[in-house]
Amino acid sequence: MRRTHPLISAAALLTMGFLYLPLLSVAVFSVNATRYGLVWRGFTLDWYIQLVHNEFILEAAWNTLVLAVASTLVATVFGTVLAIGLDRFPWSKRTNTFLDIVLHVPVVIPDIILAAALVVAFGLLRALSSVFEPGLFNMIIGHITFQIAFVALVVRSRLVSIGREIEEAARDLFASTPYILRRITLPLLLPGIVAGAMLAFTLSLDDFVISFFTAGPESVTLPLFIFAAVRRGVTPQIHALSTLVVLITVILIIGMERFTRK
Amino acid sequence: MNAQVGKGLTVRGIDKRFGLFRALADVTLQVHEGEFFTLLGPSGCGKTTLLRIIAGLELPDAGQVVLGGQDITSLPANKRQVNTVFQSYALFPHLNIFENVAFGLRSRKFTQEEIQSRVNRRLEMLGLEEMDRRYPHQLSGGQKQRVALARALVNEPDVLLLDEPMSALDARLRAQVQEELRRLQRKLGQTFILVTHDQAEALVVSDRIAVMNQGRIIQFGTPKDVYERPENQFVAEFLGAANLLHGRGVDKGIETAIGFFHLGQTPPWDQGTVAIRPERIRIASQSPARNGVRARVRETIYRGPNLDLWLEPGPLRVRTPSQRDYESGEEIWLELPPEGLVILDE
Repeated sequence: MRRTHPLISAAALLTMGFLYLPLLSVAVFSVNATRYGLVWRGFTLDWYIQLVHNEFILEAAWNTLVLAVASTLVATVFGTVLAIGLDRFPWSKRTNTFLDIVLHVPVVIPDIILAAALVVAFGLLRALSSVFEPGLFNMIIGHITFQIAFVALVVRSRLVSIGREIEEAARDLFASTPYILRRITLPLLLPGIVAGAMLAFTLSLDDFVISFFTAGPESVTLPLFIFAAVRRGVTPQIHALSTLVVLITVILIIGMERFTRK
Repeated sequence: MNAQVGKGLTVRGIDKRFGLFRALADVTLQVHEGEFFTLLGPSGCGKTTLLRIIAGLELPDAGQVVLGGQDITSLPANKRQVNTVFQSYALFPHLNIFENVAFGLRSRKFTQEEIQSRVNRRLEMLGLEEMDRRYPHQLSGGQKQRVALARALVNEPDVLLLDEPMSALDARLRAQVQEELRRLQRKLGQTFILVTHDQAEALVVSDRIAVMNQGRIIQFGTPKDVYERPENQFVAEFLGAANLLHGRGVDKGIETAIGFFHLGQTPPWDQGTVAIRPERIRIASQSPARNGVRARVRETIYRGPNLDLWLEPGPLRVRTPSQRDYESGEEIWLELPPEGLVILDE
């Protein structure tokens, strides 16, 4: 085995530290038995217990969950259908390139631009119906708009790796298109769909910008709550809450990795 | 054209383009019921495209595919009594071997008992009865190939298409599988169409061969026909080694740079080529009565049962049983018998 230069190891360690020390320190402070200061005063789970008794936090957690589940469900269905349509329909080369760009736009566009666009769009829609008042419904739609592209990208890469020959074999064996979809394409695609859904879920879970621009007074989510709370001063509860959010995200990401590797 | 016999397959005037590339140019052929027919040609000659058109996975730009008297040109793959063994086998990775083989029957809503008995019979026939609960990734290359074969044959297709099914197997196994495939086809009496670029394979398995090049069929015939009586230089060289002699056509003979050779008949051209297989050239102990050449050994290549000699003038390649050794530089007499010399088209 080749030995790595000590400088490279050092740079790698520093990078890891840079990325993870802030998260780690938040986690440490969330179990530190002191309200203020940077001194370690012993281990406690008080801050976590207090979280459970805080009505606002519970409501925000519930809103976050509803938002993430609803938007992920819709985005997964649309994203999967979109991916199948993009990959399996015999588009001309030029159309294909165009669609590829369109698909990548929501991924690379800054959140703030998308959020501002949504504000404008909902403003116009409000003239048609009061459903589009700022609130959870708008937030769900907002999250779906960027989640679809992520789901479609993940599912499409899986479609490409499956290839077409297996579907051709199924057609050769007298299968109709719906039968192929049900018995061959979707089962083979399932890991990709689940991975896409998990990615969409984590994106929704910790989204701040889109939520901030589309939320109403009744629809505070955890990221919005944390943002508001931090402006009043960082409390150990916030540390505990942040740690929990990070933990859930990490678990979901590990789960997604597991699924896609299969 | 004769009336269609039984479930024979006719392909008429097929044309196919991919952009500017003409993959198939006016291809016409007839495959009889119960025949083992092979499309042989180098990669890119259009043989796989033709197979895909017969399977219904590709639409031709012009021409017809007729199966058992019925025009199936525009019928999709799932409506044709034709099944395919794919080059990569394309087994369903999430289904076990039993379900892989049963797939075509389930698509057509056969009853459970029917499926059970048909699938088990095929698995048994191909020695796969122990494998039915396994998954494709647990099988060896040879086993996967047999599953692909069982999966197609269980549907009792009018025509079975095989797209280079042996290319993923190692050389030893391939030789064995070729013979098995040959026997299987004889036993079942079903129509098989094989696509391959391997001339030895084509010779072993086929009743008839169509040699293809650049989207056209160049020659039809039995393995013996195409090997012994190639009509042109491409076929002569594609099906094994051939010595080519260029020269002037004269009455029942050819005048070449290395001498005059008698031929069975008069060539139809003034300037042209004759071919002779290396194993058809005889080594004589003394000057032969006719078609003799005095030659010097330049190089010998040991091939196990045979010995290949490269000789001057020529260079000529001679294949002889390897009982006796030849020295480099040794002078010998060769005889190119008229029945071994094949007149090629211009």
